[in-house]
Amino acid sequence: MRELLEHETSSPAPEHPWLARRVILSDPVERYRRMVEIRCTEDSVKQLFSDGLVAGSTHTCQGQEAVSVGVAVAARVTDTVVCTYRGHGHALALGMEPEPLLAEILGRESGCVGGVGGSMHLSGKVIGLMPTMAIVGAGIPIAAGVAWAGQTMQRDDVAIALFGDGAANIGAFHEGLNLAAVWRLPVIFVCENNLYGEYSSISDTTAVTDIAARAASYGIPGEIVDGQELDTVISAMSAAIARARSGEGPSLLEMKTYRYSGHSRSDTGAYRPAGELESWLARDPLEIYARRLVEMSAASNADLEAIRGETRQSVDLAVEAAKAGKAPASDVMFRHVFEDVR
Amino acid sequence: MNTVRKLRMRQAIAAAMADEMAADPTVVLLGEDVGAAGGVFKTSEGLLEQFGPMRVRDTPISEMGFLGAAVGAASAGLRPIAEIMFAEFMGVALDQLVTEAAKLRYLSRGEYGVPLVVRMSAGPGLGFGAQHSQTLEHWFAATSGLKVVSPSGANAAYGLLRAAIRDNDPVVFIEPRVLYGEREEVHAGDDAVVPLGKARVVRPGEDVTVVALGQTVRTAMAASAEADWSAEIIDLQTVQPWDRETVLESAQRTGRLVTIEANPMSGGWGADLAAVAAAELFGRLRAPVVRVTCPDLPVPFASALESRYVPSPDYLRRMITAVVADNRLPRAWWEEEQRA
Repeated sequence: MRELLEHETSSPAPEHPWLARRVILSDPVERYRRMVEIRCTEDSVKQLFSDGLVAGSTHTCQGQEAVSVGVAVAARVTDTVVCTYRGHGHALALGMEPEPLLAEILGRESGCVGGVGGSMHLSGKVIGLMPTMAIVGAGIPIAAGVAWAGQTMQRDDVAIALFGDGAANIGAFHEGLNLAAVWRLPVIFVCENNLYGEYSSISDTTAVTDIAARAASYGIPGEIVDGQELDTVISAMSAAIARARSGEGPSLLEMKTYRYSGHSRSDTGAYRPAGELESWLARDPLEIYARRLVEMSAASNADLEAIRGETRQSVDLAVEAAKAGKAPASDVMFRHVFEDVR
Repeated sequence: MNTVRKLRMRQAIAAAMADEMAADPTVVLLGEDVGAAGGVFKTSEGLLEQFGPMRVRDTPISEMGFLGAAVGAASAGLRPIAEIMFAEFMGVALDQLVTEAAKLRYLSRGEYGVPLVVRMSAGPGLGFGAQHSQTLEHWFAATSGLKVVSPSGANAAYGLLRAAIRDNDPVVFIEPRVLYGEREEVHAGDDAVVPLGKARVVRPGEDVTVVALGQTVRTAMAASAEADWSAEIIDLQTVQPWDRETVLESAQRTGRLVTIEANPMSGGWGADLAAVAAAELFGRLRAPVVRVTCPDLPVPFASALESRYVPSPDYLRRMITAVVADNRLPRAWWEEEQRA
């Protein structure tokens, strides 16, 4: 099957700015900067919605930044990531710039898919980001299929499915994990367990609240990971990816994390028990990693303060640039329905 | 190499897949019992032996899982053919086809195409009962981003399936189950590929245009065999996008349009043809468009019922004879009997 390699798309141009943003994540300080960027961008997204500048809905990920950046650090750029409508953080972590992301959310032609997608539909093949899926669980079997293609074509790339705890209760989860296990596919299933499926607490909807325990049903490794500790996420992901790459099959990693905002923009999170948000804020992934960088002497508190200021400023500039983008011309909606329609 | 052989439709389907798999190493087949068993309808006999288990994969009974895997694999460089044993089983996998496969190219600005064929057996006539006998083209035809094809016999199946596998977008390939065992001369080889989106004039005629699809092409041929009118019989072949040019040109020339469908009246593929013909040919048809269909009912089991439920050649002949005689809309049998 080696002849199949000639069918692969040529490797992306190394000068693509999104790839450069991926490469710099080898520097721990840049990992911090990226988490700050995700936080700032999501805060801006929330504000844009509150200001009535955006239609539809949005799902932000403040509090879950370490998972996004950890996955991006551990994965190669030729690996494929299939994530969900809560995907802004993953897109930024993998290398997308804030401006095309914000422009997409604002419905501008300069958006990452030209304004046909919106908040729930981001994509960028150059960084291995498949169109983010707005159907709960849908990406799980799709990621298995990407891994199947890699296995069949004898590549050593892996696929990574990111999904929430709510997806663990939909059929696609079971079917995707079972198929990946019986075919020993190079795929890593990453559950971001943020304790809520839409507005409902996991304990009200899910019989066993440790999603990692499901791995036993498929005879694959399952691991609970502290999703607020970036280094822990990176090492768990790296181990699972190495296992998949070497042909040993899939793993299920459960990242225990928390979304500071509600499910979507109209959800204030009023159903959360008193003190829960505060207890998670006390374990904020950005603050945990900031302390670690200072302990490692990789950065001083003043350095990190400067990074926060610079990042807030650069995201603000991206917001203004995205806002200034033009609305898509109507021919945009006729493109790419089929290959032969332009 | 081009050949002419007499094949059953199930053999022609296997031959089309084998020829494409031999020509392109990225073409793979997956589905329930497609490998070791050669398919429950024997549509993949010999493929496992010829291409091995990496390219012919038996799956768990998990349509959502394996169809989703096919979508992912198609986006990542393979050209999968997914076999859904009975069209109804798409019900548990529909999301992956209509909401994922049909949208990924659009939502990625063309970066992630989905060259996927979803084959399924379908249609009434063999006593499989209400949950294994529908045609269901309309489930897919209304979704932008999908192409929908249905062959009328072994020769069309070979040529259309090869075109579907070569297509760079998702194609739903609906195989009339009642035709699997029917034999026909099949033109095989690269020159025999039948383009999607083109109807085929099976028999020219003057008095009425009869558009049929899949298993009803035979119904139309039988109905008009000894009639005292002359029907132009068109095999639609592709339901989405359907060939407006061929259908409208013929209907304008004959002045009458009849569709013959193996599905219930409501939402059937003929409704779209009737609507377009009514608009485009307003004032130029001699008679109202007649849709000859099944009644709006689940498919009944007993052969005495099912044979009445599916439009027979006799019934179609009566309907055509009536509209040719006085250019008025004949009533469906269940309306005449005041049953619905």
